[in-house]
Amino acid sequence: MRFRLWKDKLVQYGSAFLLITKILVVVLIAVGLTLKSLPLLKNENLWEILSSSVWSPLRGNFGFLPFILGTVWVTVISLIIAVPLCIMASIYLVEFASDRLRKSVLPLMNVLAAIPPVLYGVWGILFVVPILRNYVAPLFGVDTTGFSVFAGGIVLAVMIFPILISIMVEVMQTVPQELKDASLSLGATQWETIVSVNLRKAKPGIIAAVVLGVSRAIGETIAVLMVCGNVPQIPKSWFDAGYPIPALIANNFGEMMSIPMYDSALMFAALLLFVIIFGFNLISRLVLNRLEDHG
Amino acid sequence: MAKQVSTRFVRNRLRKEKIAKLLMQLCGITITGSLFFIVGTILYKGLPYLSWEMVSQSPQGGFYIGKGGGILNAILGSLYLALASTGIATLIGVPISLYLNLYVPKDSFIARSAKLLFDVLFGIPSIVYGAIAFSIMIWLGIRASLLGGIITITLLTIPIVVRTIDELLKTVPIDLTQVTFSLGATRWEAARVVLKYIKPGIFTAILLAFGRAIGDVAGVLLTTGFSDNMPKYIDEPAATLPLAIFFQLSSPIPEVQGRAYASALVLTIIILFIVLCTHLLAAKQKKHKL
Repeated sequence: MRFRLWKDKLVQYGSAFLLITKILVVVLIAVGLTLKSLPLLKNENLWEILSSSVWSPLRGNFGFLPFILGTVWVTVISLIIAVPLCIMASIYLVEFASDRLRKSVLPLMNVLAAIPPVLYGVWGILFVVPILRNYVAPLFGVDTTGFSVFAGGIVLAVMIFPILISIMVEVMQTVPQELKDASLSLGATQWETIVSVNLRKAKPGIIAAVVLGVSRAIGETIAVLMVCGNVPQIPKSWFDAGYPIPALIANNFGEMMSIPMYDSALMFAALLLFVIIFGFNLISRLVLNRLEDHG
Repeated sequence: MAKQVSTRFVRNRLRKEKIAKLLMQLCGITITGSLFFIVGTILYKGLPYLSWEMVSQSPQGGFYIGKGGGILNAILGSLYLALASTGIATLIGVPISLYLNLYVPKDSFIARSAKLLFDVLFGIPSIVYGAIAFSIMIWLGIRASLLGGIITITLLTIPIVVRTIDELLKTVPIDLTQVTFSLGATRWEAARVVLKYIKPGIFTAILLAFGRAIGDVAGVLLTTGFSDNMPKYIDEPAATLPLAIFFQLSSPIPEVQGRAYASALVLTIIILFIVLCTHLLAAKQKKHKL
């Protein structure tokens, strides 16, 4: 009898220990990144680093603006493409599609989510970039290699489809049937009901899903790195090359040790990503959890 | 007269609905189509280059300037890395989620905030894990190696395991645990009953984590290094499949690029196989439930 209780306690403390360790690792990441980026922050003030657009590590100029704007461009383009598509598709799946269609589409979304980023990158290089170069850019009279923030945005849009669809479908399913019935019985068409009842009711959830999608898009490294050109400039149009923050870290880590402050700057970039993504995730999860509690 | 106006009005609204419906169908087709598009592109480009030599040999000298050999070292490296990190992540993740569901009250502050934390961690990009692991490795004087990669990827996969198992534990009927407790079982004994109940689901969680681990690049880019040799020791740099794709693709030599396509195809096949397995297991879990 004693032995069984001991075993129970042992498992309890063991798992609690694992949990605490894992939480400590997160704290360690946050503290470590901050400590490592302190040298840079001591040298220049935070605003200076974020708003300067000169990036020349050899001369000690670390302006993050091109990378921040590169990230913003790619992310915004991917949202412009993905959000309307996903809202429309998930409405269809919830309100119009047959059970059979829904049950065969949602697993396909899981497949899409399981495809590794590097394969999206390969697809981007093989398909998206040439299409942009040979067909889309000439339409606008632009000459481009195709490696651009536009290409990055398209690849990212496809990458965030699954997360957007799965959350939006779940959120739309929580809209009470009574509300829809009320609207329909007043003579609204199904589409009018969707616009004025479903979408309004599901709005917080849709926004939370989009925020989650944004955080996924911001952190995506390899796929974007492979297709967006990696020129440290501020992109002026959809067809300009850009250089998002994750790509900056991935491309330069090998050589950072030889140049003073370089590692501190890259760690600052990682810290920036960590803080932004942690914040976005936290906000949208809180919203989604609350919706789930009410539903 | 009035009647005519109103019918036209209604017809207009119905037409709007029809257009909206069509648009929605188009959106759905675009989204699902993109999946077939991606797999199709890789199949189309990769198939001509895929050969038995590619998957059964390690790189010979000068592999990256177009000489002979294959990517067996990268395939094995990926499998080792993913197996080891998924194994460790399962050993750490399963107790954590059991603890959060059975040992502390489900609605307690600890359980709720810990679950939230894991949800948030799920979204942290692997490049951040890679960056921090890389600097710790420099600080400790460890060079880029299979071990470094395994540690990084383990940190990355723990949240996946915890989250998935947590979802599974939600499906366990309360009666089951209540009955076990009322028979005088300890919490650990109840946990074992629960574990048996969600067994197929646990494999799903493991497979999900495995899929993520085998496909990750950003994390291993900084911590695992790269090597043409077969992975033999854990403290040596090793190649992984995604890295091999990434490096070969940036080569100007068409033949090496072709190998990148073939490697991408191999990775796709592995991933599709994993997805198929998870699907079958999920079906089994569902049957289990009824």
